Amino acid sequence: MSTLAGYFSYAVTIFLLVAGLYIIIAQGNLIKKLVGLSLLQTSVYLLYIAPGKLVGGTAPIIAPGQQIYANPLPHVLILTAIVVGVATLALGLALAVRIHEAYGSIEEEEILEKDNASEDAEGVRA
Amino acid sequence: MSLAAQLPALQVALPLLAAPLVVLLRHGGLACTVVTAAAWAAFATALGLWLQVGQLDPGGAISYQMGSWAPPWGIEYRVDRLASFVLLLVSGMAAVVLSYSRASVEREVPRELHYLYYAMFALCLAGLLGIVITGDAFNIFVFIEISSLATYVLIALGRDRRALTAAYQYLIMGSIGATFIVIGIGFLYLMTGTLNLADMAVRLREVESYRPVLVALAFLTVGISLKLALFPLHLWLPNAYTYAPSAVTAFLAATATKVSVYVLIRFYYSVFGESLVFEQLPLPRIMLWLSLMAMFGASFAAIFKHNLKRLFAYSSVGQIGYITLGLSFDSVNGLTASIVHLFNHGIAKGAIFLLIGGIVASMTTRDAVPPAPTFDRLAGLAKRMPLTCFGIVLAGLSLIGVPGTAGFVTKWYLILAAMERGQWWLVGAIVLSSLLAVAYVWRFVEVAYFHAAPAGSKKNEAPLSLLIPAWLLVIATLWFGLDTSFTVGAALDAAQELVKIRR
Repeated sequence: MSTLAGYFSYAVTIFLLVAGLYIIIAQGNLIKKLVGLSLLQTSVYLLYIAPGKLVGGTAPIIAPGQQIYANPLPHVLILTAIVVGVATLALGLALAVRIHEAYGSIEEEEILEKDNASEDAEGVRA
Repeated sequence: MSLAAQLPALQVALPLLAAPLVVLLRHGGLACTVVTAAAWAAFATALGLWLQVGQLDPGGAISYQMGSWAPPWGIEYRVDRLASFVLLLVSGMAAVVLSYSRASVEREVPRELHYLYYAMFALCLAGLLGIVITGDAFNIFVFIEISSLATYVLIALGRDRRALTAAYQYLIMGSIGATFIVIGIGFLYLMTGTLNLADMAVRLREVESYRPVLVALAFLTVGISLKLALFPLHLWLPNAYTYAPSAVTAFLAATATKVSVYVLIRFYYSVFGESLVFEQLPLPRIMLWLSLMAMFGASFAAIFKHNLKRLFAYSSVGQIGYITLGLSFDSVNGLTASIVHLFNHGIAKGAIFLLIGGIVASMTTRDAVPPAPTFDRLAGLAKRMPLTCFGIVLAGLSLIGVPGTAGFVTKWYLILAAMERGQWWLVGAIVLSSLLAVAYVWRFVEVAYFHAAPAGSKKNEAPLSLLIPAWLLVIATLWFGLDTSFTVGAALDAAQELVKIRR
């Protein structure tokens, strides 16, 4: 197999990883940040699962005439990681809803402005 | 099968089972009883494990096979001396803080959310204990996420709306950290084909010259450093500690970052081994400078904070610098200092945040949003709350490292480690950075003891239910400053085991 095609899954993984990180850093919108976070976590799923597949391998159930089996462990691990990812996303969205109720905005800059304004009103210095 | 053989499983299972039980009960008072009982039971379990480990040969560990699946196929729980020591700290702090919680949470968390607070606390505790006890790399990630998700909710329970943004910020940073950790574990799995830490350490010898192993080391270091709030990655910590309910702050400050330090030590010494960590990468040097920046930068920043909770949050970042400084030496004395400080700083900072919780409670009227403990509200506090203030001063002395307090023991071993390497300037730096701690503790002393109290204020000491657990920790801070046989003995044993593994 040519090297380029061999590294294809890694290239996709790295692209998703960096794209996710970039969105988290560059976006000020709380929901968009969560999109970036999900993307980042998805890249890890790929990192684990892609090497588990063997070319010509079959499902890991012992059968006569089969010599090569795919590795089932990464799939199991990533099932757990997906559950964790869903829980994180759900909690993040719930927090975003609460923040919207409390501040009337989900833009980071507006929230910071309101915080600073209320701190000035309290006479609290940083 | 005897109960004693099942202790490692019970250690995690008890608080883990308490959480859903409490959600089903839906009653604040019952929830408090159940979770507090579970935490004390976990502490008893940790004590039992401590005694069991003590009977083993040096370097021995209790290995527990989950579901009787033999490692490396099944998940192994592994308790060695270091793990047992950290288990004691975490479960002990949880038991003390939960005993304190009832009176504190009543004032700071809306009544209808009480049972959820206790459920989250139990989950967080189960996660932290799980991180420490497990011998499986992927299991560590899962437990980190269990404890982290519970932590985000606990922080968001603060009444100030800024608690929500603090929790959100921590969620983003914490998830990035956890993702980096899982990437690191993924690379290790790709290279070794195993997830069991002990097995991984053996197999890593064959592949340690390959670059993915170094990549794994880098990802794990950054990810765990985010979790333990190493200096430039600490941005989530001050807000989270400031706006969380007081009991939560005390528990997190005493345990969450300390458990992350444990994970770092575990990966560095037990899995990668010193030759890989300390010789192939400029890691000790990076660690040294980041630690120094934390010790000076964060402690300096702490001096100018107006909110007492925020001041001590920044002080936490500075104190973590001492822990990582000990790691950077790569010597028995340095590692001993790290492990001892993880304990000593845990109890001292726990005591301070519990006492601050008492101050907040005394300023709060029922069902109102608790006011922030800013310095303008604390003038002459020593007249109104003498015991609370005296406790903060004593624990503060431990942060400074005054002889006779627990903090001194740490600094002593750090200085020993620095002298061993002939780095005399570092000895000066450690002493100098302690002066910054004097400055921020003095700010509290000045306001509380020497500023005039507002007219018409009368004595208003925190209730005993808050004072007793807090003072228990203050006394422990003094006790472990004078009698170091338990803390230093355990840390020295653990450090010798860890350094020997690869020698």
